Amino acid sequence: MANILPLGNETLLPYLRQAALSAPLYRLPLLLQRIPAGFPSPADEYAESALDLNTYLVRNKTATFFFRVIGDSMTGANIHDGDLLVVDRSIEPRHGHIVLAIINNEYTVKRLYRLNGVIELHAENPAYAPICFQEHDELRVWGVVTGAVSRFAV
Amino acid sequence: MPASGATASQQIFALVDVNNFYVSCERVFNPTLENRPVVVLSNNDGCAVARSNEVKALGIKMGAPWFQMKELARQHGIVALSSNYALYADMSSRAVSILRDYSPNVEVYSIDESFLGLNGLGNLWRSFASMGQSMRQRVLQWTGLPVCVGIGSSKTLAKLANHIAKKNPRFNGVCDLAAMPQAEIDALLAGIEVGEVWGVGRRIDAHLQTAGIQTVKDLRDAPLTWLRSRFGVVMERTGNELRGISCLDLEEIAPPKKQIVSSRSFGQLLHALPDLNEAVASHVSHAAEKLRAQDGTCSAIHVFIHTNPFREQDPQYSNSIVIPLPNASADTRLLVRAALFGLKKIYQPGYAYKKAGVMLMGISDAQTAQGSLLLEHGAGQRSEGLMKTMDALNRRYGRHTVSVFASSAVKSWAMRRENMSPCYTTRWSDVPVAHAC
Repeated sequence: MANILPLGNETLLPYLRQAALSAPLYRLPLLLQRIPAGFPSPADEYAESALDLNTYLVRNKTATFFFRVIGDSMTGANIHDGDLLVVDRSIEPRHGHIVLAIINNEYTVKRLYRLNGVIELHAENPAYAPICFQEHDELRVWGVVTGAVSRFAV
Repeated sequence: MPASGATASQQIFALVDVNNFYVSCERVFNPTLENRPVVVLSNNDGCAVARSNEVKALGIKMGAPWFQMKELARQHGIVALSSNYALYADMSSRAVSILRDYSPNVEVYSIDESFLGLNGLGNLWRSFASMGQSMRQRVLQWTGLPVCVGIGSSKTLAKLANHIAKKNPRFNGVCDLAAMPQAEIDALLAGIEVGEVWGVGRRIDAHLQTAGIQTVKDLRDAPLTWLRSRFGVVMERTGNELRGISCLDLEEIAPPKKQIVSSRSFGQLLHALPDLNEAVASHVSHAAEKLRAQDGTCSAIHVFIHTNPFREQDPQYSNSIVIPLPNASADTRLLVRAALFGLKKIYQPGYAYKKAGVMLMGISDAQTAQGSLLLEHGAGQRSEGLMKTMDALNRRYGRHTVSVFASSAVKSWAMRRENMSPCYTTRWSDVPVAHAC
């Protein structure tokens, strides 16, 4: 029997079991419209679910949380006061990422600068100085910001 | 020799449990709570239902009434929070969905504990302990919640292993009893009181102690026939489970409930029938929603009210009544009508009521419900459609968007939750703030 898993000293292969279904029943989508008598709508065969912004903004639903922005230090990155931030905890923070960090017991949004042993948090607004970290300081990154959502007054 | 109910092949289970779950959820969204003593209080801010390690170290017990610890709280700066179930439910479902990536067989045992069936999954990992470490790391990174993992060849052993992982820092949060040398297991079990075993309650614990069974090792080594004759088949099964013979299977799909209860103490004492009507109607709505969620109907409704037995200076009264329904139904309108009819029968003026509640009884599957020639309103397809719409509206726009009974603006009977944190993950108005300044 071919074997693609590293087995170590185990000699037993896992026995196959029926896949567990997470839901006891499945619902099928209804047709889009009632059928009067004769012909079904020619569009029914092409029915697709409508676009959902969740699928556009959220990569990992389980690890994604939303925050509300207060302040203007990130306007250069198109993050404005009142915007909604999409924060993904499952992403490993890297140099250049916009991150949510914990500074003085508050959540702060900044761009992570981490090059050649230098760790800083940069604002995207010249009015704000970078936050620098010394050798023994600890920078706590809560999550990586993957998007921002704005709504305009109408 | 395997006992009855034991399966012949070797089973392997994990129990994954979030440390101090409610407190840990609060800490994810409030960094000021870190390294501080925090308790979460029960409904109506009555007693401690979750404690941080700092609070445990102060000797405050689970279930301790808040008024008794107020002085201690002041001295040590304990932060007391009202329970925020919307937040805990969301965080729990996130943790469970991560665990489902590790095993297709998950039993959600409670809001903060899940059993995983690991049969056949061992070959994917260097060891089950490394699988446990991976789960631990991922749940912590993705949700911010710290978990411990216990692994064993029965559910009882997995739960015990979890206890060991939690109490002994050297395990680094993961304990696999199935891979441990026998001598080490014996030494560990000899150091754990028998009351820690899953299913050994306080009363049985006392009986076991009298019979000379003090540690988990004592119980494991007790003869099965003696356990059976002295304590019954349940204890015999526990004995088997401790010996590594699995008798309890995973329950992946919760069996439909035979009874649905909704009741709660009022935020303040109530006197008038209209106030009680409103509380009872709200309980019926809540219970009926659950009933429809499991696709059931009920054939009777039990209503109860009582005063506060701890206020000995007050006159005491309690009563209950069961109202049978002409036809099995899941229609909130009909159930509310029946419940209020019952409440009117048992209500007595002149008392200060502390609690009211309802229990739906005689629950059966809506599909198999017997029809009747005399269909009252509240039966049939129109009712079903209306209830479906109501549930959908309440799901989408929040509970109490549509309700059957007219409710006043100020809910004097509502839960007292004076220090509840925002619903960070379930309400747009409550999402936490990120400072850009």
